[in-house]
Amino acid sequence: MRKIEKDIVVVGAGPAGSMTAKWAAQGGADVLMIEKRQEIGSPVRCAEGISKHWVEEVGITVNNKWVAREVRGAKIKSPSGHTFLVDEKNAGNEVGWVVDRVLFDKALAADAARAGTEIMVKTSATSLIWENGKIAGVRAQTYGEPIEIRAKCVVGADGYESQVGRWAGIDTSLKADDIDTCYQYRLTGIDYDPDYCEFTLGSAAPGGYVWIFPKDEDTANVGIGVQLSKVKHPADPKMYLDKFIAKRPGLKKGQPLEAVAGAVSICAPLDSVSMDNLVLVGDAARMIDPITGGGISIGCIAGMCAGKVLAKGVKANDLSMNTLQEYETMWRDRLENKQWRNWMAKEKLTTLSDETLDKIVHTFSQYGVEKLSVQDLLAVIKRHHPELVKEFEELI
Amino acid sequence: MIVSIEKCHHCGACVGSCPKNAIFLNDLVLVFSDECNRCGRCVKLCPVGAITMEAKK
Repeated sequence: MRKIEKDIVVVGAGPAGSMTAKWAAQGGADVLMIEKRQEIGSPVRCAEGISKHWVEEVGITVNNKWVAREVRGAKIKSPSGHTFLVDEKNAGNEVGWVVDRVLFDKALAADAARAGTEIMVKTSATSLIWENGKIAGVRAQTYGEPIEIRAKCVVGADGYESQVGRWAGIDTSLKADDIDTCYQYRLTGIDYDPDYCEFTLGSAAPGGYVWIFPKDEDTANVGIGVQLSKVKHPADPKMYLDKFIAKRPGLKKGQPLEAVAGAVSICAPLDSVSMDNLVLVGDAARMIDPITGGGISIGCIAGMCAGKVLAKGVKANDLSMNTLQEYETMWRDRLENKQWRNWMAKEKLTTLSDETLDKIVHTFSQYGVEKLSVQDLLAVIKRHHPELVKEFEELI
Repeated sequence: MIVSIEKCHHCGACVGSCPKNAIFLNDLVLVFSDECNRCGRCVKLCPVGAITMEAKK
C-alpha cells in the first residue's frame, strides 16, 4: 500500500480545513489536505451569508470573485409581519456579504496551497491509524486506491457528517433540540428587497427561521431551518418552505435554480475538541452559532487558532495535549462565551409563541436598538415589556 | 430502513445526526449498518422525507 508521510493531515477542504492548513503551513509545517469530493466548494450546502468583521483577522483577502452581493443589513420579521431593521448603525461590521461558496472555498484552499499545503481531491479518509495507543494518521481511498497517510496530527474538518471525531471517540452526538433540519431553493425571477438579508421567525419555521439571502437583483437563497424536536412529519422543512413561498407573491413567481438539503448543529460548545495527535475544527467540532446557524466565521477563526498551534507543535515535535491544549484555550477565549450565550438564548427563543415574538420584534422596531448585542436587546425589552424579560433574566 | 433514491439529495444530514453512527453515504447511495436500532431520528430529520421505516416483520 502506498504510504505518505506528513506533519499534518487535514481531512476536509471546507473553510475551516483550509484555514487550519494555511496557518499550519505558513508556520512551517508540512501539510496535506484531503477532500473527498472531486471539486472543492461543491456541492454547496449553505445559505452563504457572512459578516465582515472577522475576515481580515484570519488573513482572507476580499475578492469580488466570491462576493455575490453586499447587503446593507438584515430585516428580522415577526410572525405577523413586524419588521426590525438591522443595519450598520446598530450592527456595525456584523453586516455583510452573501458569498459564492463554490468560489469562496476554492479561494481559501488556494491560499492554503500558496502557503505550501499539498491538496488531494477525490480522496476520502476511511479510518484512523492507531499505533501503540496513539493516533498516527489516517487511512484513505484516493481515486479508489487505498493509501496510508501517516501524520503527527490529524485535523478533522469533515463537516456536519464528521467521522474523524467519532473514530477518535470524541463525543459529538446531538440532542434533537440541538439540530436544525434545513431546506433551501435558489429562486430566480423574484420580486424582493435585494439589499437586505431577511429572517422570518415563528411558526412559519418552528424553532428556526426562514431566510432570504440576496444573490443578485432577482435571485436569492430562500431557505428554512426547523428544529428537529419540532418536526411532526417527515419532509416538514420542505413543506413549511413551500408554504412560505406560496404565500409571498414576489417569491411564488420565482423559479428554482437548485435545491439544497442539509442539517446544522445548534448546540452548546463541546467539552473537548482535541486529544493527543488530533483536533477538530468547524462544523465537525460543532462550532456553529446556535442563533443564526452560521459557522463560516467561527470555523475560520478556530482554524486559524488550530493552524498556529499545530505549527508550534511541529517545531517542538510535540503534538500531544501538552501543545494542543493551547488550541482549546485559544478558540474558547475567542468563541466559547458567545456560543454559550447564544445557545441559552436559543433555548428560550425556541419556546416563545408567535404573539410574544410579535411583541418583541415590534418593541425593537418601535424603540430602536443602539447596539446589536444580546444584553442591549434585552435591556430594550425590559424597559417596555418587563414581563417578557423574566424568562431571560439569567442572560442579562 | 428504506431510502427513496428519487427523493434523496445526498446531503448527509442523516449521517451527521445518527446517534449510532449507523448511516454511510457511499457516493450517492445511503447505507445503513447493523448498528441501526430503528430509532427513527433520520426519518424525521430528512428535510425531504426520503427515509421510511419498513414495517416490522
